[in-house]
Amino acid sequence: MKYVDEYRDGARAREIAAVIGAEVQPGRRYNIMDFCGGHTHSIARFGLEDLLPPSVRLIHGPGCPVCVLPTGRIDSAIELARRPDVILCSYGDMLRVPGSGRDSLLKAKADGAAVRIVYSTLDALKVARQNPDKTVVFFAIGFETTTPPSALALLQAHAEGLENFALFCNHVMTPPAMRAILTSEERVPLEGVIGPGHVSVITGSQVYQPFAEQWQLPIVISGFEPLDLLQAILMLVRQVNNGRAEVENQYARALQQDGNPKARQVIEQVFTLRPSFEWRGFGALPDSALSIRPEFAAFDAEARFALPYRSVPDHKACACAEIVRGLKRPQDCRIFGTACTPDHPVGSCMVSSEGACAAHWAYGRFRDQQQGAAQ
Amino acid sequence: MKLDWVSGRVELTHGGGGRAMARLVDELFKSAFSNPLLDAGNDQATFTVPAGRMVMTTDGYVIHPLFFPGGDIGSLAVHGTVNDVAMGGARPLYLSAGFILEEGFPLADLKRIVASMAAASAEAGVPIVTGDTKVVERGKADGVFITTAGIGVVYDGVEVSSDRARPGDVIIVSGTIGDHGVAILSVREGLEFDSEIRSDSMALHRLVETMVQVAPGLRVLRDPTRGGVAATLNELAQASAVGMELDEAALPIRPQVRGACELLGLDPLYVANEGKLLCICPPEDADRLLAAMRAHPQGQDAAIIGQVVADDHRFVTMATSFGGRRVVDWLAGEQLPRIC
Repeated sequence: MKYVDEYRDGARAREIAAVIGAEVQPGRRYNIMDFCGGHTHSIARFGLEDLLPPSVRLIHGPGCPVCVLPTGRIDSAIELARRPDVILCSYGDMLRVPGSGRDSLLKAKADGAAVRIVYSTLDALKVARQNPDKTVVFFAIGFETTTPPSALALLQAHAEGLENFALFCNHVMTPPAMRAILTSEERVPLEGVIGPGHVSVITGSQVYQPFAEQWQLPIVISGFEPLDLLQAILMLVRQVNNGRAEVENQYARALQQDGNPKARQVIEQVFTLRPSFEWRGFGALPDSALSIRPEFAAFDAEARFALPYRSVPDHKACACAEIVRGLKRPQDCRIFGTACTPDHPVGSCMVSSEGACAAHWAYGRFRDQQQGAAQ
Repeated sequence: MKLDWVSGRVELTHGGGGRAMARLVDELFKSAFSNPLLDAGNDQATFTVPAGRMVMTTDGYVIHPLFFPGGDIGSLAVHGTVNDVAMGGARPLYLSAGFILEEGFPLADLKRIVASMAAASAEAGVPIVTGDTKVVERGKADGVFITTAGIGVVYDGVEVSSDRARPGDVIIVSGTIGDHGVAILSVREGLEFDSEIRSDSMALHRLVETMVQVAPGLRVLRDPTRGGVAATLNELAQASAVGMELDEAALPIRPQVRGACELLGLDPLYVANEGKLLCICPPEDADRLLAAMRAHPQGQDAAIIGQVVADDHRFVTMATSFGGRRVVDWLAGEQLPRIC
C-alpha cells in the first residue's frame, strides 16, 4: 500500500531503533508520554516497545476521546436516547461505554431506544431530514480533530432550517489536559511528550510552545505510523541529551505550524469556552471544553432538553482515572482482564480501540504472561 | 389473481395456505428450484442415504443489504450452507430452504433472489429438495430472511473437527481474506464508497474434495465467516487447547481490501469471508496440500499463514511484518470504523 508501507518498513524501524539505542545515555531515564490515543494504538499494534532500550519508557496519555468522557456525560446521553421523541446518533465506540448502574447506550438500544451508529456528522443530518417528527441529537465527542465536523453539521442544519437537529456537545481541548498533567500533584515524571498529530493539524504546533518553555519539556508532534513514532522518539532523546526543550514537528507531511485556520474559524463561530467541564481522571477542569454559543441554542441539546449534569464517581476498582493520567499502566489495574475485558468493560479505557487498556488487551497482553512465567 | 412480477409486492395471503400461496410456490419456487425430489410435491423429500457418516447443518441468513457486489442473500444462503457441510469433510447432497417474507417486499426482488439461489444451487450441483414459505406482517421482518439446511456424507477415512489441531500443525488459508466484508461495507448505508471489491461468496465443496483426496489426514476445516480469520482461529485454539502463531507477511490480502480497511480503521483479520476456508494439517502434508489447493481454481491464492504451537493460554499471536509480535484477539462487539 503506497504511502503507508513506507512508514511500516521493519528493517528501517530496526535501524532507527538501533540509533536510539546507541544515543540514549547511561544513567539517564527517558519517560515519554504518547499523548494521543492514536499513538497508543499504533505503539501496541506494532509492538514498538519491543524495539526500544529499557531506559526509554512510553507512558500512555489522556488523548483518547472516549476514555476521558466521564460517566455523568454517558448517563446524559442515555437519558436523551431513552426519550421517545429523540433519535440519538453516535459514533459506534460510545455505545459500549458503561454508564451508571451497568447501563449503556447499547442496552438502551436493546430496550427500544432509538440509537443509531453513524460514521460522520453528515449522516446524522441525513437522519434528521428523514425523521422530521423526531429530534435527532448527535452525541458529539472528541478533541480538536472531531470538533470542526460537528461545527459544520450545526451550521448546515442552521442554513437548511433543519430545526429537529441538535448537538449534545462534549468537545474537549488538548492543551488543558496537558496542563492538568503537568500541574498535578501526583505528577508522572516526564522527560518528553509525543504531541498529537491529527489535533495539531487543526490547532497548529505553536499551542504547545508555552509547555515546552514553562516546564522545560521537549515536545515532538508525531504522525501515527510506526516509523513516525520511532523518529519522534529519537528526536525527543536528542532534545533530552542536548538539554533542549523545543516543540518540533516530525509530522511535516501533514502539519503546518499554523495548523488549519479555516477549521479553527468554524469552531470559533459555533462554539465558546465552557467555564468548567468534568474529565474522567482529572475532575472538573476550567476552560477545558466547548459549549454551543447562545445564538445557536436552538441546536444545543443541553439547552433544549434542560439536561442537568450529575457527576458520577467511577467504579471503585477501576483504575481508568490513573491510567489516563499516566500514573498507572493497564496491567497495574486489579480488574484488568478479569472483571474488565472488552466484552464486559468496566472502565472507558477498555472500550475504545485507542484506550490504553483495550490496546494492551488486544495486542500486548501475551507479554504479561511471558513476564509472569519468567518470574 | 395473477402475480405482478414487475411492481407487485408480497401480501399476507401469499403465506396463508390458499390459492395465492400455491401460485407463489408454483410460479416462483418450484419452477426455479425444479428437481425430481422437489417436483414430487410432498411436504418432505424422500431419498435413499448412502452408507457412511453423515453431516447435517443449518444456518439463518438475515443480511443487510440484501444485494451486494458479487452476490445477494440467495446465493449466500446456498454457498454458506454448502460450505458448512463441506467443512465437515463431507460431500454435500441436499439442501432445504425456508423463507420468511415481510409483507410489502417487492416481488421483483424476491424473484431475483430466488433466481440467484437456483443458479447457485445448480452451479454447486446441490439441489434444494424441500422448502417452506411464511409471510409476516410489515415491520415484523426485514424484507426477507432465509434459512437453509444441508446434509452430506463424509468422505471415507476423513475425520475433521475443531478440537484436532496439534502443536506443529500448519495453518493454511485458501485465498485472499476480507473480500466479502469489505464488499458489504462498501454498499452499507452511510458508508458507501466506490470500490472494485466483490464478495468472494462461493461454494467450496469441490476444493474440499480435492484437499481430502490429497491429504485425508487433514485435521481441521473451517470457513472464516463472521468475525473473520481472527475469530475462527481463536475458536479453534480454544477447542484444541493450543496456541497459534501467524505470520502477517504471509496473509493474502488484496491491496484494495488493505486500503479500504486502513482508511476505515478496520483489521482484515476480523472481516468476514464467504468463499474461503482455513485448514489445519500435519506438517508433513502441508506442501502437498498447498500445491493441490493452488492448482484448484478456488484455491489459487492459498497460502500457509502460520502454525499451531503448544500454549496453555491458547493465545493466537502474530509476527507483524514490522518485526514485532502481537495478540490476535477475539473481536469485542462489532468491528466499527474508528472515530478519528
